[in-house]
Amino acid sequence: MTLNITHDIDYKHNSAIECDMTTDAFWEEVLNVTLMSLRVSGTAVLMGASIGVPIGAFLGLRRFKGKSTVMHLVDIMLKSVVNTFMGLPPVVVGLAVYLLLTASGPLGHFGLLYTPTAMMITQLIMVVPIIIGVTMSAVGDVEKAVRERALSLGATELQAAWAVLREARAGVLTSVIVAFGAAISEVGGIMITGGNIRWTTRTLTTAIVVETELGNFDLALSLGIILLSISFAINLILTILQMKGAKR
Amino acid sequence: MPVVVIQSLSKEYSGRQVLKDVNLEVQSGEIFAVVGPNGAGKTTLLRILDLLEEPTSGTVSIDGISIDYSSKDRTAVRRRIGMVFQQTVLFNTSVFDNVAYGLRVRGESRVDIERRVKAVLELVKLQGFEQKDALALSGGEAQRVALAQALVVEPELLLLDEPTANLDPRSVSVVEEALSRINREMGTTMIMTTHNISQAESLARRVAVLNEGRVEGVGTFREVFGRSTKAVQGFARLENVFYGVSRITAEGTSLIDIGDGLCVEAAFERVGHVTFHIPPEDIILSTRPLTSSARNNFEGSIVQVVDMGPVVKLKVRSGRDFIVQITKRSFGEMQLNIGSRVFIAFKASSVQTN
Repeated sequence: MTLNITHDIDYKHNSAIECDMTTDAFWEEVLNVTLMSLRVSGTAVLMGASIGVPIGAFLGLRRFKGKSTVMHLVDIMLKSVVNTFMGLPPVVVGLAVYLLLTASGPLGHFGLLYTPTAMMITQLIMVVPIIIGVTMSAVGDVEKAVRERALSLGATELQAAWAVLREARAGVLTSVIVAFGAAISEVGGIMITGGNIRWTTRTLTTAIVVETELGNFDLALSLGIILLSISFAINLILTILQMKGAKR
Repeated sequence: MPVVVIQSLSKEYSGRQVLKDVNLEVQSGEIFAVVGPNGAGKTTLLRILDLLEEPTSGTVSIDGISIDYSSKDRTAVRRRIGMVFQQTVLFNTSVFDNVAYGLRVRGESRVDIERRVKAVLELVKLQGFEQKDALALSGGEAQRVALAQALVVEPELLLLDEPTANLDPRSVSVVEEALSRINREMGTTMIMTTHNISQAESLARRVAVLNEGRVEGVGTFREVFGRSTKAVQGFARLENVFYGVSRITAEGTSLIDIGDGLCVEAAFERVGHVTFHIPPEDIILSTRPLTSSARNNFEGSIVQVVDMGPVVKLKVRSGRDFIVQITKRSFGEMQLNIGSRVFIAFKASSVQTN
C-alpha cells in the first residue's frame, strides 16, 4: 500500500492506521475493532433477548383469535407494530439515541454519547423488535397443535404453555441469531452514537467505512473478511437449526 | 351402563352448523364407531368430548357427571380421557420423552414412568425405539407413538380420530390389535371415527352414522346398515358405497346390477338386494385400457380432484361416481386433470359387504 495520508497520522490514539505501521500494531488494531464489535453487538443482543424473548413468547402464546372482533383487531395492530419496528432503519435509531444522549438532550448529563454504552443502547433498540417478532411467530406457529396435544395428554394450561415454548426453542434461538447478524453488520446507528473513535468506539463496520475513505484498502478488506467470516458462521448455525426444524 | 351420554349437542362456527342436535349414548367398555364422510362433524364431536372445544348448546356427561365447559380447570376431566388425533403431533424429542409426557405432567414417579413406557411401547410394537428422535419416524411409527402417548396413562375413555387413515398395512394391524387388546384387558371405552367401514365393523359393536352434523342412524351394524332407510342413504355419502341387486354367476361370484348400465362383480355369493363398498385405495387408475386380472373395468372421466396431502382423491364419473385414491406422485406423473379420460379397474375381491 503506497497511498500516504498525512493529515491524520500525528499520534496513535486519534488517527487512522498508518500505512507503514508494524504488523503487530496492524493486528492489534484489527483485534481491537473485532472485539469492540463483538462486545457491543453481543451485549445488545443478550440484553435484547432477555427483554424480547419473554415478550415475544407472551404475544405468541396469547390466543386473540376467535375471542372477539376487538381482540382480533388488537392482535393485528400489535403484529403490524412489531413488524414495522423490525424494519427500523438503524440510522433513524441512531439519530434518536443521539438526540437523547447529546449534551443538551434529556439524558445528556449521563455523558454517554460516543461511548460503547451508547452503541449498545442503539443496537438494543434495533434488535428487540427483531427478537420479539421472530419469537412471536415461532411460538405462534406451534402454539395450537402443541398446546392441544399437551392438554389432551393431561397437561395443565401452564404445563401446556411450557411445552409450546420447548417446541419453539429452535425458533427462539433463530431470533437471537438473526438479531446478532443484524447487529454485527450494522453501521449507520453506531456511527452516529459511537462516533467511530479509534481504540474506544471503532468497530468492524465503522472501521471499514473510515479505512475505505482513507484509501487503506488492505485493512478495510481484512476487516471485511473478518466480518464476512462472522456472518458466515452465523448463517451456518442458522441453516443447521432450520434443517433440524424442518423435520417437523 | 352408559359411560358417555351426549344430549342435544350442537356446535356452530361463525354461523355454520357443524353438529346439529346430536344424541348418543356410549356404554361402558364398548368400542363405538362414528362413520361419515369428510366434513360430517366427526372430528368436532371428538374434540368436544376431549374438552378442546366447547359445544354451542347441549350437554356431555361422563359417568353421570355433566362436563362443565366453562370451568377454568378442565384438566381433571381431561386426565380421564385419552385422544389420538388424525394429524399426528409429536414433540421434538425422543420417543421415550414423548410417551412419558402424560405421566410426567401427572407427577408420576420415575420408576413408574420407565416401567409403563416400556410396557406400552411393547404393546404398539415399538420396543427399542425409546431413544429414537420422534420427528424422524415414519408416518405409521409416529401414529403408533401417538397411540402409546394416549394409552400409557390408562385412560377410562379413549377417543380415536381416524386412527389408521393413511397408515401402512403393518401399522394398521398393530394399531387395531393394540386397540382390541386394551379394550379387552382394561375395559377401556373407545369412541373412534373412521372412513373404513370394515375396520369399524371388525372393532366396534355399535356404530353411529354422522352426516352433515346429524346422526342419521345408530345401533349395531346390522341395525344400521341392514335396512334401506334414511340411514343407508346417509351411509351412501361415504365413499364408493353402492346398492344393487345381486345374482350368483356360474363361477361362484356375484354380479351386482347397480343401475346406470353398470354391473359389479364381487367375490362373495349373495342373492338379492345388497349394499357394498369398494375401498378407494383398491381401485387402479390408468390412462389406457387395462389388461389385468381385475374383473371390474370401467371407463370414465375425472370430475373432481381433492388433495389429501401425500395422496390425491379423484372422483371418476363412469355412469356412477367412483372415488379413487392415488399417490400425489402418480397424479403428477400421469399428468391427470379434471376432464381427463381414465380407465378404472378393481378386483372382485375388493368389493366388500357386511
